Amino acid sequence: MKQLLTGNEAAAEAAILAGCRYYYGYPITPQNELMTHMAIRMPQVGGTFIQAESEIAAINMVYGSAAAGARTMTSSSSPGISLKQEGISYLAGSELPCVIVNVQRGGPGLGDISPSQADYFQAVKGGGHGDYHTIVLAPGSVQEIADLVYDAFDIADKYRNPVMILGDAQIGQMTEPVEFLKPTITNLPAKKWALTGAEGRKRNIIKSFYPVKGELEAFNAKLQKKYREIERLEVRYEGFNLEGADIVLVAYGTSARICKEVVKNSIKSDPEGKFGAGMRVGLIRPITLWPFPKGIIRKTSEKVSAILTVEMSAGQMVEDVRLAVEGRCPVYFYGRTGGGVPTSKEITEKLSLILKAKEESETFLVNTTSWSCSSSGI
Amino acid sequence: METLYARPETLFDVPTHYCPGCGHGIVHRLIAEIIDEWGIRGKTIGLAPVGCAVLAYNYLDIDMSEAAHGRPPAVATGIKRVHPDKLVFTYQGDGDLAAIGTAEIIHTANRGENITTIFVNNAVYGMTNGQMAPTTLLNQKTLTTPEGRNVRNDGYPLRVCELLAVLDGTSYLARVSVSSPKNIMETKKAIEKGFRTQIENRGFSLVEILSPCPVYWRMDPIEAMKFIEESMTSTFPLGIIKDWDHD
Ligand SMILES: Cc1ncc(C[n+]2csc(CCOP(=O)(O)OP(=O)(O)O)c2C)c(N)n1
Repeated sequence: MKQLLTGNEAAAEAAILAGCRYYYGYPITPQNELMTHMAIRMPQVGGTFIQAESEIAAINMVYGSAAAGARTMTSSSSPGISLKQEGISYLAGSELPCVIVNVQRGGPGLGDISPSQADYFQAVKGGGHGDYHTIVLAPGSVQEIADLVYDAFDIADKYRNPVMILGDAQIGQMTEPVEFLKPTITNLPAKKWALTGAEGRKRNIIKSFYPVKGELEAFNAKLQKKYREIERLEVRYEGFNLEGADIVLVAYGTSARICKEVVKNSIKSDPEGKFGAGMRVGLIRPITLWPFPKGIIRKTSEKVSAILTVEMSAGQMVEDVRLAVEGRCPVYFYGRTGGGVPTSKEITEKLSLILKAKEESETFLVNTTSWSCSSSGI
Repeated sequence: METLYARPETLFDVPTHYCPGCGHGIVHRLIAEIIDEWGIRGKTIGLAPVGCAVLAYNYLDIDMSEAAHGRPPAVATGIKRVHPDKLVFTYQGDGDLAAIGTAEIIHTANRGENITTIFVNNAVYGMTNGQMAPTTLLNQKTLTTPEGRNVRNDGYPLRVCELLAVLDGTSYLARVSVSSPKNIMETKKAIEKGFRTQIENRGFSLVEILSPCPVYWRMDPIEAMKFIEESMTSTFPLGIIKDWDHD
């Protein structure tokens, strides 16, 4: 049965379905609906809801419940996520599974409360201290935030690693139909390592401290091995109209929704999917931001004449796109910040400019270098 | 032959990393004794701080977790909510609890969280080599108060028990010391009472233990014990500050 929910509410419901019974949060717009929904629902399902004194306390309560073997979650928005970074580093270092929802807003500083994708760096590149990775999932709709939150608990448990859902004010606050098709999880995975009281067994320790020389390096090697495994097995993306594409958009979340419109419009205006003067446009939408879908982007870059990355930021994910492309084709960027959402018109114009530049110049690759840094929207 | 004194089973038979004359070892032992005597090794979960006691899990044979600096009360909250039937305690120094972790301890206490905090007040940051702590006495010399703690620059020593006593969520608050065999017995009684408070579901309990740090006080161990009795206790008077039994 389909229900009409906001992304924030859908995330909360999916977490409950996935067996999460311990939620800790601190109010911040635009994720408030998630927290207030949990305040109503957790007592109904026999769970725990605590409004913590800060995001720092909330993430450490998550650390405690994760260490105790339970499925647990916190949510916040950008400034609050900055505060949680210490805790996320400890969770990664102690290999504790949990789910963290970031409903991104504009920054830096207090910024504003409108949609943004400017937390890509802090989500994907670590954010806290040390060599660690948070698995980052980027939903593009209310249905998808529900699906990804549900899956996030399994992924977190499978790898004993924190998982972040990287949404934004748009995904969090818009209302769309959503259907919960997956079953309520009641049989939670057994966790032999968890703290339950050492009755009848050797005691367990949860820690990230390795003061004896050599131990920390060995532990880091173990973590890196796990990260390579995650990179091998957990990459998710959506490819749209990639077959025979001449130019490909790369975007996630809200930006990807708009990019998809651009691709759909191009198909509509030309049944063969040609855009502009014989240019066919496709879209790669990363669903996992870490692990990043490097493979498909690399493969695509060998076939297309250009890639355009679109973000609600001054250019963050584009760095990973360029790393994947390794100069095989020019990578352009279009971004909006401070609550600005790229419109399909703006993206279409940018595509036309790229196209024009290509036609006008034989030394296309050389001339695009200045282009590739420009972002006329900001 | 009758055994009068032995190592508690909950205390691993290993040398500790503590400096000569440090009080942490005494406090660890008292906790281990109580766990043994009450037979609750399998029902107890401890939180180690960031501070000299960061390796407490190397000495206590129970389920334990580390917590980031100052965050043990929040982590303990997360554990206790999952396992309300287990005895959950935090073990924290004065920098951990009364500086970086002030918000966590106050709000955990104020929620009446049913946990016990063992608060080791040694008036100094031991692990980082002896800087001023919130509990450093006036005029006390530390690495960061080379001329002695100066009120105009550094403010006053923080009295944690008195601060928490005004909160309705706190049930049992005691200040004890390990400066003499008699005081050590009192300390054990206070920890027992703190644990009993929790087992009887009476809410938040905290035992503040004045404890020597001869190395960073620049004293010998005997002088350090005297310093507790003669100087520390005038700023931090010993006694039961709050007790559900007597309220
Ligand atoms: C976020 C953070 N800040 C600072 C430190 C460095 N640090 C480690 S222990 C400590 C102070 C510990 O003092 P206290 O809590 O009084 O315990 P003691 O070592 O005296 O037992 C500090 C500042 C840290 N590990 N993490």
